[in-house]
Amino acid sequence: MKDAEIIAPALETDNVSCVFNVSQGFMKGTKPLRAINGVSLQVPKGEVVGLVGESGCGKSTLANVLLGLQAPTTGDVRYSGTSAAGFSRKDVARRIQPIFQDPYSSLNPTKTIRSIVSQPLRIHNVGDPSEWDAKVDEMLDIVGLPSRSANNYPSQMSGGQRQRVAIARALIMRPEIVICDEPTSALDVSVQSQILNLLQDLKDELGLTYLLISHNLAVVEHLADRVAVMYLGRIVEEGPADKVFANPRHPYTKALLESVLTPDPKLGVPETHLGAVFPNPIDPPSGCSFHPRCVACMDICKSKAPRPISSEGHMAECHLMEGDAQ
Amino acid sequence: MSETVLEVENLTVDIPIASGMLHPVRGISFSVQKGETLCIVGESGCGKSLTSLAMMGLLPKTAQRRTDKLLFRGEEIGDLPERQMSKLRGGAMSMIFQEPMTSLNPAYTIGDQLMEAFRRHVTRDRAVARDRAVYLLEKVGISSAASRLSQYPHQLSGGLRQRVMIAMALMCEPELIIADEPTTALDVTIQAQILHLLAELQDEFDMGLILITHDLGVVARIADKVQVMYAGRTVEEGPVNAIFEEPAHPYTQGLLRCIPVPGKTKRGERLGSVPGIVPNLVGDLEGCMFRNRCPHATAECDTAGEQLAKLSSGDHAHACIRSLADRAAIDASSTKAAE
Repeated sequence: MKDAEIIAPALETDNVSCVFNVSQGFMKGTKPLRAINGVSLQVPKGEVVGLVGESGCGKSTLANVLLGLQAPTTGDVRYSGTSAAGFSRKDVARRIQPIFQDPYSSLNPTKTIRSIVSQPLRIHNVGDPSEWDAKVDEMLDIVGLPSRSANNYPSQMSGGQRQRVAIARALIMRPEIVICDEPTSALDVSVQSQILNLLQDLKDELGLTYLLISHNLAVVEHLADRVAVMYLGRIVEEGPADKVFANPRHPYTKALLESVLTPDPKLGVPETHLGAVFPNPIDPPSGCSFHPRCVACMDICKSKAPRPISSEGHMAECHLMEGDAQ
Repeated sequence: MSETVLEVENLTVDIPIASGMLHPVRGISFSVQKGETLCIVGESGCGKSLTSLAMMGLLPKTAQRRTDKLLFRGEEIGDLPERQMSKLRGGAMSMIFQEPMTSLNPAYTIGDQLMEAFRRHVTRDRAVARDRAVYLLEKVGISSAASRLSQYPHQLSGGLRQRVMIAMALMCEPELIIADEPTTALDVTIQAQILHLLAELQDEFDMGLILITHDLGVVARIADKVQVMYAGRTVEEGPVNAIFEEPAHPYTQGLLRCIPVPGKTKRGERLGSVPGIVPNLVGDLEGCMFRNRCPHATAECDTAGEQLAKLSSGDHAHACIRSLADRAAIDASSTKAAE
């Protein structure tokens, strides 16, 4: 391995933007929708980076770009320092694999578990086909499923078992990076903790790198080393998880943290003062895109977009930070 | 808290299926006072949604419901014919469903849907119904309410649709609202707002609220009383503080250990879990249904009843045959034996 590969983050986006042209109706032409707007994110090797934000903020589009399922309009995605521009879908799939939210719809109901888990091996034609069965058994064992379940169909399994199958399928190619898109939100509480424990164990055993996309901040805080907060296609705050959770800098991160319902009966339901209306991404607000919902909104926020300001590896994009930075 | 809005005693639901009789709800009792919030907690398949449908008389046709008592405002409604039941539903007792995307009719404007129940239960007068709809939409925090009435559900976001559902449930000034997972499909920020709103409105209108959820965070913040369900039975019930501070049943204890709590569980630390799966509830059932997942189970549990036993602190009761101290003693002796 070259030195550059050791130092470079496992996954990196450099000023990636993704613009869709959305039809405004019959004969009305199209308008650009900036689903991702200049995102630079680094996922260091062996770490867990949490990505949080409300629905519609561009989390899933970013995941698609990282998985090579969606070409960025501008910007570059790099895997261990190598630009993905020349990569084929297969090259990307060997390095990075997804685990999706809903194990009820992400597994083909007409295929057996063995067929589902071994499919990546067949597609990439890895090794000797006679070894595939053994590899599947080994993978099922790693994710905590009995090898007899290999001949079952997804409909014969519970939600937690299905999510384990999805994890086995993602890991059988031994990827470097796994993108977990809401891996536990479709599961029951008692099953959630088992899957979270499994993800943690697999990371330690196999040296995986995770990008954990979730709106459950308690889960993110539990697993993540770093956290990135996304709002309307931009990363508005990014830093080490303990710093972001203990001392959030962006008002949006503060509001998100306040809305986490910890099981403490002494506290009531929080009032976030956010308002319900998520702005229309086709027609984003002027200046800082968060200003219509911000409790600390100033005049400058309405006209001028804030620039990213970092100190001690903790970045936030907010005009409130300007004073502190000087 | 004075007046009892709803009192349910020994509610069972049986559904005949191909392999025998399914017993999804097996004897549930509870009551809700005016202005009180009861949370029913449990995992999928524990019978919490069927319990709510049974109270509203909305069970599937094949299901058989039996109760010793089903009192609404002190009157028995268990044997009311469908015609009279439908006078109550949407009027004095109303329901908020989980999925605002599927429970609103996409072919009608939200104005029509808001006013439908009101015009049926209260007055035919369109203008009065319209005023009430606008008033409630404003109440639930929807801006430019009057113009929203002519919009269709697809023109609203998920959070707004759920607010419409809440406004709809409030149209006829109900005395009881049953909310089945009202915030599960929503973002955390919207979830906090919707719960805040529900609590506020409940205070203002002095309603009884039954909230069905699997989210213990929600329960802790909003409940007065908690009922933990497992496999169709209540395994623990009590005031919210008692449940969270001194959980007594092994299932409740297990659930509380499963969730990461910012500030309490350390990062990367292993979470507790409740291994195993929910038992099959078909046919004759005997013993404690939780025994195959319980870390403290012994041979006695195979035949144990599942009656609720009161704990020292008043309203707090649980359905384990052993007390906390007993279980600790058993665990200690079994680890000693293992050594």
